[in-house]
Amino acid sequence: MTAPLLQVSQLSKRFGGFVALDTVDFNVAEGERVGLIGPNGSGKSTLVNCICGTLHNETGSVTFGGEKVDGLIAHERTRRGLARSFQLPRPFMSMSVADNIRVPLLYTVAARVGHHVSKAEADERCMELLKMVGLDAKAAKNPRDLTQVEMRKLELARAMAAEPKLLIADESMAGLSHSEVEDIVTLLIRLNERGVTIIMIEHIMRAVMSFSQRLAVLVSGKKIADGKPDDVIKDQEVIGAYLGQ
Amino acid sequence: MDIPFDLIINAVIAGLLLGGFYAAVTAGISISFGMLDIVNIAHPAFILLGSYIAYVVNVELGVDPIVVSILVLPAFYALGGFVYQVYYVSFEKYGQESLRGLAFFFGLLFVTEVCLLLIFGVDYRSVDAVYIGSSVRLGTMEFPLRLLVPCLTSLAMFAGLQIFLARTFIGRAVMAVSQDPLALRLMAVDPTRIKRIAFGISIATASMAGAFLIIIQPVIPSVGRDYIGRIFAICVLGGLGSLPGTLIAALLLGIIESLTSVFYGPSWAPAVSFGILLLTLAVRPSGILGR
Amino acid sequence: MRTPAFIFWQVAAAAALYFVFRYVDNDYIFFASYTVLQFIVLSTAWNILGGYCGYVNFGSAGFFALGAYSSVCLYTIGQSLEELFPESLVAPMQLIFPLPLPVLIIVAGMVAGLVGLGTGYLTLRLRGVFFAIATLALAVVLQTFIVNWSFVGGSRGAYVIPPNEIPFFGPYIQYLFVLMLVLVIISLTCARLIERSRLGYGFATIRDDELAAEACGVPTLRLKLIATVLSGALMGMAGAPFPFYIGYIEPGSAFDLSYAVNSIAMPMIGGTTSWAGPLIGAVLLGTLQQVATVTISSAINLLIVGLLLIGFVIVAPGGIVGLWQKWVSRSSKA
Repeated sequence: MTAPLLQVSQLSKRFGGFVALDTVDFNVAEGERVGLIGPNGSGKSTLVNCICGTLHNETGSVTFGGEKVDGLIAHERTRRGLARSFQLPRPFMSMSVADNIRVPLLYTVAARVGHHVSKAEADERCMELLKMVGLDAKAAKNPRDLTQVEMRKLELARAMAAEPKLLIADESMAGLSHSEVEDIVTLLIRLNERGVTIIMIEHIMRAVMSFSQRLAVLVSGKKIADGKPDDVIKDQEVIGAYLGQ
Repeated sequence: MDIPFDLIINAVIAGLLLGGFYAAVTAGISISFGMLDIVNIAHPAFILLGSYIAYVVNVELGVDPIVVSILVLPAFYALGGFVYQVYYVSFEKYGQESLRGLAFFFGLLFVTEVCLLLIFGVDYRSVDAVYIGSSVRLGTMEFPLRLLVPCLTSLAMFAGLQIFLARTFIGRAVMAVSQDPLALRLMAVDPTRIKRIAFGISIATASMAGAFLIIIQPVIPSVGRDYIGRIFAICVLGGLGSLPGTLIAALLLGIIESLTSVFYGPSWAPAVSFGILLLTLAVRPSGILGR
Repeated sequence: MRTPAFIFWQVAAAAALYFVFRYVDNDYIFFASYTVLQFIVLSTAWNILGGYCGYVNFGSAGFFALGAYSSVCLYTIGQSLEELFPESLVAPMQLIFPLPLPVLIIVAGMVAGLVGLGTGYLTLRLRGVFFAIATLALAVVLQTFIVNWSFVGGSRGAYVIPPNEIPFFGPYIQYLFVLMLVLVIISLTCARLIERSRLGYGFATIRDDELAAEACGVPTLRLKLIATVLSGALMGMAGAPFPFYIGYIEPGSAFDLSYAVNSIAMPMIGGTTSWAGPLIGAVLLGTLQQVATVTISSAINLLIVGLLLIGFVIVAPGGIVGLWQKWVSRSSKA
């Protein structure tokens, strides 16, 4: 059996006295589509931050593609193929939408292939990505002029521009309409079919259920369930902690 | 080098007393930078403003400088509130505080210094008070009153601040505001108002620190810049947002500066604080008691 | 406009300026414009780190003075060869010293660049605010060292006596003027090249959102160090001819506060997002200050700069370039 692409092992993270993550184990196999759900404040974004290097975990380890990445700073993890979108979009406000997409192309992709990406190539890939998320008409606009929904799409497109092996989509569908959610799910599935492993963090259960091959649940910093989506949502603990209405 | 023990003891004492004064000088920044995350590098300018106001009233009306500073506390508080309002409306609201906010305060520091220069010129100014010039002696130990009185008053001010922050509702709100503004809003407290109050208090401390300064040493407008280093060195060394840490760091700095003066001469003194600052930033940026 | 063309036009403008001034035949105009040119270099250098990356440097005076004092040091070595070197080395040393100014400029750039690297390495991993405070600290520490270093004159100062005349240029000041013009061309070309390159994108992402930049694969620390070294080196190079310009240098004048304020005010008033901003700011404010110092007083002159800085920072954060861009886009929409 091949080693998982992402291996999170006994990961803990505290903020002062507050335990945000408590010995979390979380593995993702190559090519998988995993969903991660949990109530607000359960530590999902903290987990993403620790995996991607934005935060440093106190104990435990993160292994990506067989390599321990704990000591690596965020941009080095991105260069190794680990990309994420931010829950609250963080576009670069001083440049156009297209230029936002250009940054990962210029820095991550170029570093990986070992040579500069030509202007023509970069422009082409930019427009391709923007078309995929439906933002091609707004390529020259400033992110300030985008709606909240469009900013989320930009956020996702920018993460995709890094041509990752593993993409973590952190609540990229909040506020989208029914058809927009379907579009993004289809987009992510298509991406997955091209070989990108995807972790989807969402509250929109419909999207998570239709997308995930496996579902993990995080509550108060602890993983309380991990398995087939249909089984997980029937788990009593999960229902009590999260879905219970 | 054969330095008499007495000299060292008195250097340490002078350092401690000076350190107490430095704590007062830094208290304001401990609040504005440590707790509110506002880099008010113009703080020394406000201190000098306090010094010169104390000077003018002292020379014209013969009032004790510390009394003057207490009387003008409300004015400084209001000034602080006003400056914060401008800062908030122009920068903080839009998240632009890093570059533009810094430039704003730098401009403020500069303009204040130049204005004071234009009004008062480059002559050193000092004040007259009953206790300046005499000392308390305990054996070989000498406690110059011009250092002792400001030090004790400053420690009192410091203690008052600490009690205010720890025991009153507004004080605790101030400590909470940078860590969790959302929680404050949920308690129907406006974070902006709390910050304005806190910044006002921070500038008010500058009024008293200014009086202490001009008692301890004669001043000219450029003196403020010597203190920027000390203030931030103490703040960083003590740990941002920790008043007790600030006190410890201030005393430490005072002693180190005093001893450096004795062993290597006073011309090295400015480098001491900045050197400590650079060292702390490089080695342990969270400081002694930092969060 | 491609870079070679840009350089060509700059050289043409510089040559034209020089020959016009030469025709006017008044040494004072060279002396006055030298300071303006110096400010163009300082502002452009500051802007590479401050405007492009968003990291404020309060210690421009420190880097400038480093350049000035490295010149003083090398000059003093050249003046005291017999005292410093053993008999056998004096003759060969006399062939090398006195070092020509262009060499001094390059050395100054390297020294200042190294110091920038060191400071940056210590402090750039912290928040931008700590870097700003550290630069302030650096300037003071440097000044204290220089004040206590008698070899370069310490607080007493040092005399640096340049030759009166120099072949081709005539008065020495014209030679200094041309050297500074060259530095202006170098710094403006550098700034513009950065703006249009991948480096420029990287710098902008650091300014906008460093966390997101890292997540996009931008090596933020490395880029910040590049900016700091470049910025520091250019400032040092601007300082190298300074001792020869004023003839007598002491720490007060080399570390003068006006360098710190002006190198921040000029780009912020001119506009921080483009190479043209620092140029406009330096030319406008520099000329204004030359006029004001003569007619009013140097203190009021600095007061005006400070007030303009505060005013622009609050009201027109994009500077003059920003205002012009807004005006252009508004009239094209009308």
